[in-house]
Amino acid sequence: MSETPPEIADIMRVSSHREVYEPCDDSFALVDALLTDQTNLINHKPNICMEIGCGSGYVITSLILLLKSKLSNIHYLATDTNPLAAKVTTETLEAHGLKADVICTDIASCLETRLAGLVDVMVVNPPYVPTPEYEVGMEGIASSWAGGENGRSVIDRMLPVVDRLLSEKGWFYLVTLSCNYPSEICLMMRKRGFAWRILVQRSTEEENLIILKFWRDGEEVERLEEETISDEFSRSLSLFMRKQ
Amino acid sequence: MRLITHNMLSCNIKGVTNGFPLKIEAEKVIEKEVDFNPDFLKHMFAKIEWKALVEAARAMGYGELPEDSPDVAVIESADETFLKKLHHALLEIHLEEGALVCPETGRKFPVNKGIPNMLLHEDEV
Repeated sequence: MSETPPEIADIMRVSSHREVYEPCDDSFALVDALLTDQTNLINHKPNICMEIGCGSGYVITSLILLLKSKLSNIHYLATDTNPLAAKVTTETLEAHGLKADVICTDIASCLETRLAGLVDVMVVNPPYVPTPEYEVGMEGIASSWAGGENGRSVIDRMLPVVDRLLSEKGWFYLVTLSCNYPSEICLMMRKRGFAWRILVQRSTEEENLIILKFWRDGEEVERLEEETISDEFSRSLSLFMRKQ
Repeated sequence: MRLITHNMLSCNIKGVTNGFPLKIEAEKVIEKEVDFNPDFLKHMFAKIEWKALVEAARAMGYGELPEDSPDVAVIESADETFLKKLHHALLEIHLEEGALVCPETGRKFPVNKGIPNMLLHEDEV
């Protein structure tokens, strides 16, 4: 019997460092969301895929593996603000026999001009933990989780960057917690012309994780009532939870 | 880091207006073969800043690219000589050790183990 090629990163081969966030429930939920969407991703035929905040490299490695057998020559980019995380990511990729271009930068700041409109798939597991504002932007492992007020400080800075980098057909996968007010995030993205969908909802002992997918739906949005999106969000969430 | 990525990188120090392209100082370059995919190259060709790629490839020791950007007929032609060169320059040469230098300020961004460190100092943001 032939062995089926692995479709996601092997946890035993993920490199680590005490100052780098290890794959945890949120990383697994994000990879599960990508697996759920695997067929769509393959049919999407992306040219450039990118992860902002690659940490241990578990997610970008999984993304490469789950597209690899079907699509060749996708250009993969990963960034992290923590130099140790960038290094650990390349080690994780190497341990899986893969290579991607990893850059140490704040969000995507050195890529914003030239990469604008070119990214077909963007994946982000942001620092979403609500913390005092002064913890945001600290060095080392704190940069992987410290999210400021409602865990939104970094997420809110990322959204315009993601909008700028995504191509016309670009898709965006984002990890959020229910305490991040994800319906507000959907509203902000709606105003930028994006539609959204819940891909995974998962409650762990500590957090209630929601993985969202966004895509441009081509509609100009002039006026939006906050309540409308908020209602829509609650409806899809309860619908989603009933299906599980 | 490969040259396809280098072609997308700029120096974003506050106030810098010409932060592209970053000049490459190569100390160690490695080559790694990857599958040739003409469609991908044709797609990317439109997005590439040609002069920047030619100079970057030269800095990495690869001087086979034509000085002037070839026109679309060359890209679409059945003869894949040019596409093969483009493929090699964009996807197969990696800058492992060295630095990227901002064309305007001369600020050096180190590249170690293939990772460019583009983080800015506090007074540069």
